[in-house]
Amino acid sequence: MRITFDRDKCQGHGRCYALAPDLFDSDDEGYAVLLVEAADGTVPPGQEGAATLAADNCPEYAITVHDAS
Amino acid sequence: MTDLQSAPAPKWATEFDHTSDAYAAVATEVWDELRETCPVAHSEAHGGVWLPTRHEDIAAIARDTENFSSEGVIVNIFKPEGLAPMGYAPPITSDPPFHADARRLLLPAFGPKAIASLEDGARDMCRELLDELLVPGVDVVDAATAYAQHIPVRVIAAMLGLPKEDGDRFRLFIHRIIEKPGEYVGTLEPEDTLLYYLTKHIQRRRNEPEQDDLIGYLLATEVEGEPLSDEQLFGTIALLIIAGIDTTWSAIGASLWHLAQSPEDRERLATDPAVLPLAIEEFLRFYAPVTMARIAATDTDIGGCPVAKRDWVLLPFPAANRDPEAFEQADEFVIDREKNRHVAFGLGIHRCIGSNLARLELTVAVDEWMKRVPDFELAAPEAVRWSTGQVRGPRELPIRILRSVDA
Repeated sequence: MRITFDRDKCQGHGRCYALAPDLFDSDDEGYAVLLVEAADGTVPPGQEGAATLAADNCPEYAITVHDAS
Repeated sequence: MTDLQSAPAPKWATEFDHTSDAYAAVATEVWDELRETCPVAHSEAHGGVWLPTRHEDIAAIARDTENFSSEGVIVNIFKPEGLAPMGYAPPITSDPPFHADARRLLLPAFGPKAIASLEDGARDMCRELLDELLVPGVDVVDAATAYAQHIPVRVIAAMLGLPKEDGDRFRLFIHRIIEKPGEYVGTLEPEDTLLYYLTKHIQRRRNEPEQDDLIGYLLATEVEGEPLSDEQLFGTIALLIIAGIDTTWSAIGASLWHLAQSPEDRERLATDPAVLPLAIEEFLRFYAPVTMARIAATDTDIGGCPVAKRDWVLLPFPAANRDPEAFEQADEFVIDREKNRHVAFGLGIHRCIGSNLARLELTVAVDEWMKRVPDFELAAPEAVRWSTGQVRGPRELPIRILRSVDA
């Protein structure tokens, strides 16, 4: 599974880093930072549920998960 | 209707007045009905106002700052003009490009880490209030006036550096500005106004050593070597007093109103503490307090419905949150809803800057209440009174305590 994040859409609602703290952090202004960017968005094993939750709760549709298939 | 004496219900598609008690009593039913029958309603109240009720239309307006200005955000007969791009309460009333810098000034103070540091203090405030409420021999308390309304007042007063004893005055400002907008214009003594209150405190603070609170921060802030203009300083502090109080108090009150009527959800919170964060988001979806407004900046349209430049447009985020096109089981409260893109805090560049603070206050207020009062019910359902205007929540909420726990 991969996860992508569109910073231009993020308005700092903060749902992703509350629900998926191993995948997202916040900057000082509350906007999200995708922590697995360097890994090309590959979701680490065991984090698939958190990734889906983050995507499903973003009011701005800034997060997308791509299922490996 | 069996009571022939009662007035006929207004034709909601053409005659709504969101500041009336009639609308406040049945607002959620009005939105559901309009979404099905007339999704972009219009009324002549307040000089003419549009009411979209579909999630899609509300989201599109919130994101469209070119065609919809934030110069006015509280619908009333006195429509602001010539105040853009700053508006009277930046950044909520600001348009791009002014908006971004005015907002950035405030973001760090309301960011997740800064707000998390307030949790212990907020919990202590809730516990103090509960200690005062829960006295032997008293089994009915007003959860709105004796609990919910005090929490955000105390938190925001402490953040700004204003006396917490001024809570009654804050609530009076809010009643005049948000609940009955326009009705008090021209009737007030100068000393009774928010402007007078702010002037007094800002003058005092300018003569005192710098303090580590939000007013101190704003007084010390410089943008390109210049301090903030008085208009921006006063407007921003006014916003922080007005926007963070009745909104959060409404969410706390509505959540307790819900729990008072749902033994299953009380039981779930008591036995499964991990559900609390999901429950908080569902409270925010189902009982979103805030409806915003815009003024059309151009001749434009809402979902194909033509809107004229300068028309008022309400943005009922609570209606968007109940749109079945956007949410499964939209009309049901699902305490452990996992997929919840609710828009209680709005969308786009004006997303509520205080959302982290509001979540914190709502979470600790519900959590501390449930720990001390695990069982309760509405003491008199007919005595519950919902606020009018653009912030929705119970203003009177008599609760009968069925079981309480010593601290």
